[in-house]
Amino acid sequence: MTPVAITMMIIAILTVWGGLALALLNLKRHPEDEGALPEEHAPEL
Amino acid sequence: MTSQSSPGKAAPLKRETFSSRRLFILSAIGSAVGLGNIWRFPYIAYDNGGGAFLIPYLVALLTAGIPLLFLDYAVGHKFRGSAPLAYRRLHRAAEPLGWWQVLVCFVIAAYYAVIIAWSLMYTIFSFTEAWGDDAEGYFFGTFLGVAEAPGLGFDFVPSVFFPLLVTWLAVIVIMAAGIRKGISRANSVLLPLLVVMFLLLVVQSLFLPGAAQGLNAFFTPDWSSLADPSVWAAAYGHIFFSLSVGYGIMVTYSSYLKRRTDLTGSGMVVAFSNSGFEILAGIGVFAALGFMAQAAGTGVNEVVTQGIGLAFVAFPTIVSQAPFGALMGVLFFGSLVFAGITSLISVLEVIVAAVQDKLGWGRVKASLVVSILVAVVSLGLFPTATGLYLLDTSDAFVNSFGITLGALVTVVVLAWFLRKLPLLSAHLNRVSTVKMRGTWMVLVSVVVPLALIYMVANEFISKISTPYEGYPDWFVGVFGWGMAGGLVVLALVLTFIPWSRTSKANHDPEYDSLVEREAKETAL
Repeated sequence: MTPVAITMMIIAILTVWGGLALALLNLKRHPEDEGALPEEHAPEL
Repeated sequence: MTSQSSPGKAAPLKRETFSSRRLFILSAIGSAVGLGNIWRFPYIAYDNGGGAFLIPYLVALLTAGIPLLFLDYAVGHKFRGSAPLAYRRLHRAAEPLGWWQVLVCFVIAAYYAVIIAWSLMYTIFSFTEAWGDDAEGYFFGTFLGVAEAPGLGFDFVPSVFFPLLVTWLAVIVIMAAGIRKGISRANSVLLPLLVVMFLLLVVQSLFLPGAAQGLNAFFTPDWSSLADPSVWAAAYGHIFFSLSVGYGIMVTYSSYLKRRTDLTGSGMVVAFSNSGFEILAGIGVFAALGFMAQAAGTGVNEVVTQGIGLAFVAFPTIVSQAPFGALMGVLFFGSLVFAGITSLISVLEVIVAAVQDKLGWGRVKASLVVSILVAVVSLGLFPTATGLYLLDTSDAFVNSFGITLGALVTVVVLAWFLRKLPLLSAHLNRVSTVKMRGTWMVLVSVVVPLALIYMVANEFISKISTPYEGYPDWFVGVFGWGMAGGLVVLALVLTFIPWSRTSKANHDPEYDSLVEREAKETAL
């Protein structure tokens, strides 16, 4: 592969997957508010 | 708007919910990641500047895709209903928007299943290489038995009819099982499987001779393309279709989320997972195309294609030529099947939820009636000698004048006529971690409509100036323009049909208490 193609590939992977990593990290730092979850079951189950 | 005036009535069933945020995220990713990620994105990126496309793509994602995704989330989660009910609760006049989206989903579901059925057959063909040395002739001639000219015929093709029947039976089982036992479970099995299979496919493709040339073609930037408005339009267009926004899916799925859920934080994961998968698809597809070009002794530009041509002509050729080709075929077509099914069930859920709400029906009854109805239409129209023309036409017109035009009207009505963005912004910010304030409102009310207007106008001009694909006027008139216009008329008709007395639109204590609770919280 040419250097410019490799560079663009790395940038693409870093921005998009980096964005995903950040989004996952943000979610992990704010866990689901379990206390506020009522124990509910769909009645048809 | 919901009345308390029916004391004697039995309380309706509680609305089903995703049992965890994780399952919602998986299902939303399953919906967003579809055939388009695999067979459309790689070509669009290559055709619009290669590596340079990343810039308009990310800009479109951040300024239009994600804001619109959050708009859908806010409507569905705040008003806790299927698209028609959620829009009705937002404002009585907005109800037709919901029905329009439901009808768009009906059309999409009918033809989308057909492509899954083809992929299912091609997964098997990967072992037998049924296409021999003429993948194109085999697909259009032997397999689909495509008629000479477009029309409406009932000349059934058994090799498509039966796999389509199998596809529908599987989907009907998932739909009838409900949100937790059906949709959540299907996504939590199929999505990880899809990711693993696709990763294996990418790795296998990267080891093929010529892969590097393919990646060069895909990633080498053409910076001059950034000055071309059509490249930016392509980026916005792709993002809209890729994220499954604007036609009810995300409204419906988010209506099943528990009250206190981080909407935007979850949505960011969904949006970036979708894009992450697309980048992966670009790498896998172009590595494979690089191999194909090398084997044919031509340049990559000679073999690039998208859509049906990529999946059912180029890939079979690659499967025949590559070492361990059968494995590659199973991984590729299997990925199409799984990506397709997880998207198809989200499209169907829009219709099922709407019927449930309007008629006050239970889950099983609504999902069976809806799925079987769509299945009958799908099985009756598409596995025929003329089915491919019909699929092509309905896909093109429902995308342009169903999804895109529908999203435009919805955004303009919500932002400019009903002025609901401050309300929806407040709802998003109540619990979510990524706050959506002034910038979000500007993006949704200005940037998104401008991008959509450009797209709709472009499509309108190109489709009005020359008959679509050179098909006969009557055919495009009926199944293209007529179908797209019919959806709008039918949406209005469905709005005027009264909601059932047992419908949640008339009696929904769960929603009423929610509104009360939220009012108290806001007052504090």
